[in-house]
Amino acid sequence: MKDRSYEAVMARRKEIMKASVGVDYERYELDGIAFDYERLMKDTSYPIAAIRRIQSETGVGNTPLIELKNITRLVRSISKSGYGARIFLKDEATNPSGSFKDRRASVSVSRAKELGYKGVIAATSGNYGAAVASQSMKRALKCIVVQECYDSRGRGQPEILEKARACEAYGAEVAQLSVGPELFYYFLLLLEETGFFNASLYTPYAIAGIESLGYEIVEQSNTLIGRNPDYVLATHAGGGNLTGTARGLLRAGADKTKVIGVSVDLSGLHMASDRDFNRKSFTTGHTGFGIPFAVLPDRSDVPRNAARALRYMDRYLLVTQGEVFYVTEMLARLEGLQRGPAGNTSLTAAIALARELPEDKTIVVQETEYTGAGKLPSAQLTFARENGIEIVRGDPIIMDSPGKRIAIPESYSQIAYKEVDVNDLRRSYIRQLMKQGAALIDSDFDFLSAELKTTATKVRELVKEVSNDVDSERR
Amino acid sequence: MSAIKGQWVQIHRVILTAGERAPSVPEDTKEVPLELRVRGFLLEEKSEVGETVTIETPSGRKVSGKLEAVEPAHTHNFGDYIPELSEAGNDLTRWLAGGDNDER
Repeated sequence: MKDRSYEAVMARRKEIMKASVGVDYERYELDGIAFDYERLMKDTSYPIAAIRRIQSETGVGNTPLIELKNITRLVRSISKSGYGARIFLKDEATNPSGSFKDRRASVSVSRAKELGYKGVIAATSGNYGAAVASQSMKRALKCIVVQECYDSRGRGQPEILEKARACEAYGAEVAQLSVGPELFYYFLLLLEETGFFNASLYTPYAIAGIESLGYEIVEQSNTLIGRNPDYVLATHAGGGNLTGTARGLLRAGADKTKVIGVSVDLSGLHMASDRDFNRKSFTTGHTGFGIPFAVLPDRSDVPRNAARALRYMDRYLLVTQGEVFYVTEMLARLEGLQRGPAGNTSLTAAIALARELPEDKTIVVQETEYTGAGKLPSAQLTFARENGIEIVRGDPIIMDSPGKRIAIPESYSQIAYKEVDVNDLRRSYIRQLMKQGAALIDSDFDFLSAELKTTATKVRELVKEVSNDVDSERR
Repeated sequence: MSAIKGQWVQIHRVILTAGERAPSVPEDTKEVPLELRVRGFLLEEKSEVGETVTIETPSGRKVSGKLEAVEPAHTHNFGDYIPELSEAGNDLTRWLAGGDNDER
């Protein structure tokens, strides 16, 4: 019997992963820090027509693109004359398990079936669990979902509890862990014990599955308005949503469309803290994942993360929890669409952004998610109050304080975003590399230029700046 | 409370004790164990809550742990009435009906 201790299992990580994802990542490694991302994606993924065929087999995709006319009118009522861009919403909640995550799960689960695995395992506390469970049943595979769910007092986040219920409803096993990154250790143990497929959120399949979303946006946008959208806003956490959508936009030829990432600002809360765990109302789509995964994508559960947000992100905007709850209420009241709050993160930023843009510009918000018990502003705010969070009406930009206070805007004119300079994220990415002791060789600069969506000259400048900082920190 | 063979139950087990936690975890997390809760069908003939039992999970795994709940219910709900949220919603409905044109 194999040693099941933490150290021993973590040491077997590479071999467990290789057996469970069916990808030999080492084939794609290049000299220096680089790897051949596009070749990895090409070899292990599918053309768009194949992705869409796989998804149509299980009822995934082809979701409506809806113009939010009343919200646009509201925005125009508080914008200067001639301003207030048109806002469109991709209603991903109409996927089988209620979110765009079905797209990711569909390709992974189909691949697992094709490769002959008996079941799949996914480590996720979010909608992806329900998506993998739903897709697995459709393909007659077993399914285990591993959640980080409870704090040490056994209190579970309502949204995560709802996800557990959904997974169970599909017939999946749900392993619920308390707070901590060692979830990964238990996940490895399960992969080893069962020999199931690792339906990681970060394999090329999981990213390829979202490419159809970007592709559909371009098709529908051309049908509805006769051209590509000017902006697409994607909620950003692990990076897959943004990466896959952007790749789909490019596949459909929309190379001028700006891709903007949006996260809920949870700065100051520690994601692995038992105490902080239940002091947040958003379990994903927040800066606790968004920033670390942007600046160090290979922190994921596979050797090379196929979700690489900085390759595609033009801007990065943050909104507050209270604003997203307000906008969730707005979507129900003004557009007749009751959807889950976390899925409205990028819609919140879209409302603020639309005010700054002329009327003839278009913004597409690329997701919604299902709603229900646990996944409602009222459920989340009740839980927040029980955990000592103050809830007030007030200007969120001034009043919001993650883990302490949630401010529901007093008026729609208070909806705003905070912008994170993408150059700061690029610097952080380089700093992470330097911390790991990377010595860059010439060819690395081309890789970094693609990784950071900037010129090789700019990369050299950024590297110089960061090296100076790191040197002065050492002095 | 007791459960009989084949009944849907929840078990609890410690995966890592406080002393076995990963070096990288924050201090407050390091002080508590990593716990697992999982549901499945009881394999023993009859067991009491608190006893160590074995279950078969929906994926067919056999897992042992302390029996914690018998036929556990899903108790998450829609939450309380939140006045702050309803006020916001009512303002928006008023705007939609054209009754509030001066909010800026």
